[in-house]
Amino acid sequence: MSTCCTPAPYTPPNGPAGVDGKHSALRTIALVGPPNSGKSTLFNRLTGLRQKVANYPGVTVEQRMGAMAGIGRGDLTLIDLPGIYSLDPFSEDARVSVDVLEGRMPGTPKPDAILLVLDSLHLTRQLMLAAPVLALGLPTMVLLNMSDVMDTRGGEIDPLRLAQELGAPVARISASRGTGLEAIQLFLNRHRGEEQNNPATTVLPVVGNPVSAHKWAAQVSARTGYRAPLSEAATRRLDGFLLHRVWGPLFFLVVVFSVFEVVFTIGQPLSDGLGDLLARAGTYVTSYLPDGWLRSLVLDGAWKGVSSVLVFLPQILLLFLFIGILEDSGYLARAALIADRVMRSIGLNGKAFIPLLSAYACAVPAIMATRTIENKRDRLATILVTPFMTCSARLPVYMLFIAAFIPPIAFLHGLVGLQTLVMLGLYLLGFVAALFTARLLKSSILKSSQTPFILELPQYRMPTLRSLGIRLWDRASVFLRQAGSIILAVTLALWVLANFPRQHGMAPQLTDSIIGRLGHWMEPVIAPLGFNWKIGIGLISSVLAREVMVGTMGTLYGADPQTQSLSLQAALHHDLAPGGAIALMVFFAFAMQCTSTMAVVRRETNSWRWPAIQFTYMLILAYGAAFVANWAVHFL
Amino acid sequence: MLSELEVGTTAVIESVDLPPGVHNHLMYMGFLPNARVRVLHRAPAGDPTVYAVDGLEIALRRETAQGIQVRTTQTAAPARQARRPHARKPLAKDMR
Repeated sequence: MSTCCTPAPYTPPNGPAGVDGKHSALRTIALVGPPNSGKSTLFNRLTGLRQKVANYPGVTVEQRMGAMAGIGRGDLTLIDLPGIYSLDPFSEDARVSVDVLEGRMPGTPKPDAILLVLDSLHLTRQLMLAAPVLALGLPTMVLLNMSDVMDTRGGEIDPLRLAQELGAPVARISASRGTGLEAIQLFLNRHRGEEQNNPATTVLPVVGNPVSAHKWAAQVSARTGYRAPLSEAATRRLDGFLLHRVWGPLFFLVVVFSVFEVVFTIGQPLSDGLGDLLARAGTYVTSYLPDGWLRSLVLDGAWKGVSSVLVFLPQILLLFLFIGILEDSGYLARAALIADRVMRSIGLNGKAFIPLLSAYACAVPAIMATRTIENKRDRLATILVTPFMTCSARLPVYMLFIAAFIPPIAFLHGLVGLQTLVMLGLYLLGFVAALFTARLLKSSILKSSQTPFILELPQYRMPTLRSLGIRLWDRASVFLRQAGSIILAVTLALWVLANFPRQHGMAPQLTDSIIGRLGHWMEPVIAPLGFNWKIGIGLISSVLAREVMVGTMGTLYGADPQTQSLSLQAALHHDLAPGGAIALMVFFAFAMQCTSTMAVVRRETNSWRWPAIQFTYMLILAYGAAFVANWAVHFL
Repeated sequence: MLSELEVGTTAVIESVDLPPGVHNHLMYMGFLPNARVRVLHRAPAGDPTVYAVDGLEIALRRETAQGIQVRTTQTAAPARQARRPHARKPLAKDMR
């Protein structure tokens, strides 16, 4: 879905930082820390922005800038960075952090102060990063995050002593609760950029030697009275079940299946209700318009097209709620662990499973998330297969055609519905295509030796309502914006093309309109798939984004006098054979119809070659599979 | 070798012998000589395995764990615990 993850580029308020050297005040502050220590949560607190946060290492894969307006310091620029274990970068995302810190990232000012965010629960190991960061010589404040959890679980630390040892101010904070932030303000007010840290009482270890770094960190934490909190027994007990040989995979399947059941049993009635409401509102509003072309434009063009997409908002939000729980609880990393065996058999490793799973929401952030994969060829293979995963933009298309063509038969006393099974089959189809293609790539052009799988498992956490609420709100606003822009524009353009050229001052027969002629001209190409010309127009317009298909159907069937009075489902049923309907869903399972995804693939691979190959390959596969599906249904 | 340990056992790392990039990365994650490591869970397919080291839980594949030499300190009835992993209580010494 376009623009879902690419906010407008941020421009720092005062231009490039530090031009006039040491007399300038602080301008740019970087958030540095190990993965999953809560940097982005703090970033959101300090800037008031909504950078994505979740409970697994590697959520942030590129630098993000924002004004520190959240604490009233809009004059300062804060940079959020991907997590690092050391300043020797191991993966693409960690390299980003090191480049920014050393002022080698084009377009990002070199930071002139650092907020080092450490997870208090694992302080000894996290302190290893403090040494190289302090050695950079910038004014640094050390933030011991998750101090609330630390207290409840009986950990101890002497922050003053730690500050003395490190020669830098130390504060205990909780980014998720927003406590301890005053100390950050104090630090920012006091530092004018010319001061350095106080001399550390400890001698920093040699940079780049993990053994001496660890020894140093252990000594410092011992001298500051650090006592690690009790590790959470709940996480291990839960993993005993969720990683169990039998219960683990079974649990996974049950969860996936219930999501689809919920999308149908709860989402569908909500969606139908919303559809009714929108239809009534449309009729009501347009009753004030004079009967004529204007009313037709507003009601049959814009309103029908846009509302046919809008009705799928409940289902999409339900799906995002599920993905949010998965990501915030910490289960995603376990899913990667369970999937490692399958991923290995196709030549990738379990880490590639994390982007693939998040692609169920949207392929754009998923492709960015591949930056955590260390091996370049593995990463490229993952990027190339990610669009096969069933993203939420396919959901409206599937829901519409399943509701119109698959009878709501239930098995096992209503526990399992045929519609759910078909939906599950389509998701599985995309997943199998991704695995098959990855195997093909990894055994030919992207062959490489196996790379090690090293994955940190976060502790389980209860997802907060606040964080889930923010996710749903953000997704809803993206969806509404999309409906109000791209889909509105496409439906208006389609209405015009369907109503011209005028014949004797009247709208033409649909088949004589511009769009009708265009459709009939391309019909021979798509007829073997069982598609009529209206579907053909839908396929062209949906190259912009998949859900545009539904809007196009709404407008075209709304413009056709034969089907105008019917609901969209009934109109489709009237006009399309079951073979064509199944073929259409299969086509959508495989085809690359998303300009945002192509743009992000081009950005991440640095050439138009890969998106072009990807588009062609997926189109051929989609056409072939749709052809087979149409004939299979026809002869069965 | 770390890969040969049963679920539920604890050992002390002697040396890490892996390609330099991986080696350093693991060391920064806490796989250092003399660090205590405990085998927590195996993935349903039998590989990878989750290890607790330095208060952190990290999953490694068998071939990576093969590059880590350990000496065992204590064998805590692994067979029984392997069958009932959820009944296991964490020991205070694992937390460090």
